[in-house]
Amino acid sequence: MNDVYAVSAAPHIKQGTSVSSTMWQVVLALTPALLAGIFFFGIQSLLLTLYAIAAAITTEALIQKFRKVPITVSDGSAVVTGILIAFNINSSSPWWLPVTGAIFAIALGKQIFGGLGFNIFNPALLGRAFMMASWPTLMTAGWKFTAPMNNLFQSSINGLRNLPSNVPDVVTSATPLGVIKALRDTTQISSDMANTVMDNLTNMNTLQDFFWGNIGGVIGEVSAAALLIGAAYLAWKHIIEWRIPVSYIGTVFVLIYMFGGINGMFSASIMLPIFHILAGGLILGAFFMATDMVTSPVTKKGRLIFGMGCGIFTVVIRLIGGYPEGVSYSILLMNITVPLIDRYTIPKPFGQRKTAN
Amino acid sequence: MTSLKEFTKGFVKENPVFVMALGLCPTLAVTTSVINAIGMGLAATFVLVFSNMFISLIKNLIPSKIRIPAFIVVIASFVTIVDMVMYAYLPAIHKSLGLFIPLIVVNCIILGRAEAFASKNNVFNSILDGLGMGLGFTLALVVIGSIREILGAGQLLGFNVLPETYKPMLIAILAPGAFIVMGLLMGLMNLKKKK
Repeated sequence: MNDVYAVSAAPHIKQGTSVSSTMWQVVLALTPALLAGIFFFGIQSLLLTLYAIAAAITTEALIQKFRKVPITVSDGSAVVTGILIAFNINSSSPWWLPVTGAIFAIALGKQIFGGLGFNIFNPALLGRAFMMASWPTLMTAGWKFTAPMNNLFQSSINGLRNLPSNVPDVVTSATPLGVIKALRDTTQISSDMANTVMDNLTNMNTLQDFFWGNIGGVIGEVSAAALLIGAAYLAWKHIIEWRIPVSYIGTVFVLIYMFGGINGMFSASIMLPIFHILAGGLILGAFFMATDMVTSPVTKKGRLIFGMGCGIFTVVIRLIGGYPEGVSYSILLMNITVPLIDRYTIPKPFGQRKTAN
Repeated sequence: MTSLKEFTKGFVKENPVFVMALGLCPTLAVTTSVINAIGMGLAATFVLVFSNMFISLIKNLIPSKIRIPAFIVVIASFVTIVDMVMYAYLPAIHKSLGLFIPLIVVNCIILGRAEAFASKNNVFNSILDGLGMGLGFTLALVVIGSIREILGAGQLLGFNVLPETYKPMLIAILAPGAFIVMGLLMGLMNLKKKK
């Protein structure tokens, strides 16, 4: 019966929230992850983030001036987009990468639809997809690693390279998910070696490194702990709600546990789903991108469906698809379905009778 | 004066791609480079001029019930000529355009002009209409192709036009780039028309 009050008509209790206060709180919540990025990858991370923010703000202001609508860059939404764009690149990227990404995200991801509130897709994710399609090598190669992990991944890769020669040289970039992907792609031939590497990747020490951020990767998703601090702040402020992240991550957990192992169904240890949650962009995506108010459903049931859909797409891309990581594409795909989900999950108004049919 | 209008309307005012949104499949597919765009545009122009001319000549002989199959036969004849001539004299372009040359048969610009114009107008105006529409189509393809080739490869007609340090924006020569460039150009046309 709770659903009765889910999406409601007036009267509403007024609260002091506004677009700009919400957005600046999101900026605040992203700060720990940015600090973690600076800590692990150096000051270059901060510079790249500032470039992206500057490009996002400038683009938004110029387009709004051209469209002759009020210039609303101070509401912080462009800042959020800029930060999220920078979070998706690695710290050794050239300066123009976040700049073009941010320009694309704001111009073609947001303003072209009519600005904040009218965009179909999450602008930052669209920016990432654009960068990924345009400069795939810059987006996936040259990732920095902190020392211990570097050795682990190098040995894993060398291990994979020692497999029979008919295994294609699939590992070109040593991302954790890339290694797991390569393991899966070579299951027919491999055996002990694959199991050893898999165990190495999913043991407790590795997962702890993943959690604290002692791994390679892009600027924003390096430390799960820092992201979770920000997410907890947003949840406390009621800016994000539990349904999307929980159903998203939960779906990934269950599906990876079922299908993620390299020796058939349910062969994965319970550590593997945790690995999949901590590696890659899932935490960043689930808490900060899938929960974007504009591009996620408004109904409670709809949010659960949305999160599950994101989870299914992510797992399908990670396990079967061509890329090692699928968080951004899965959220973009689900963004398209949001109007439909909202339409089919409208709660019944209180007192409405069921019509006979 | 009206004949001149029939000729020029295809360039901007009734541009087949940007205004009437016809022939989008080849527009999206072959505009990865300017040379492909020119090849495709001129091939379609040739077919358009001659099919318009012939359909206008025989318009009184075709029973209206089977006019579409009759148009297709006329169009397909000229497409076959274009296909063979390009294969013989421009094998490189023929190869890169591939299937899209035979597919000119079902290009809706050509069928559309046959149905909407050539079957109702005299031969002279039909030829002008076909030429104008064809050149308008070519113009649209060249504009899209130039943008995509410059951004996606840093080249124009195969020559480097951007400094060596430019990292090609691959998306421009992939399918999404075609949609984005075409959409933006259509938007600009509409914006201009509104003012």
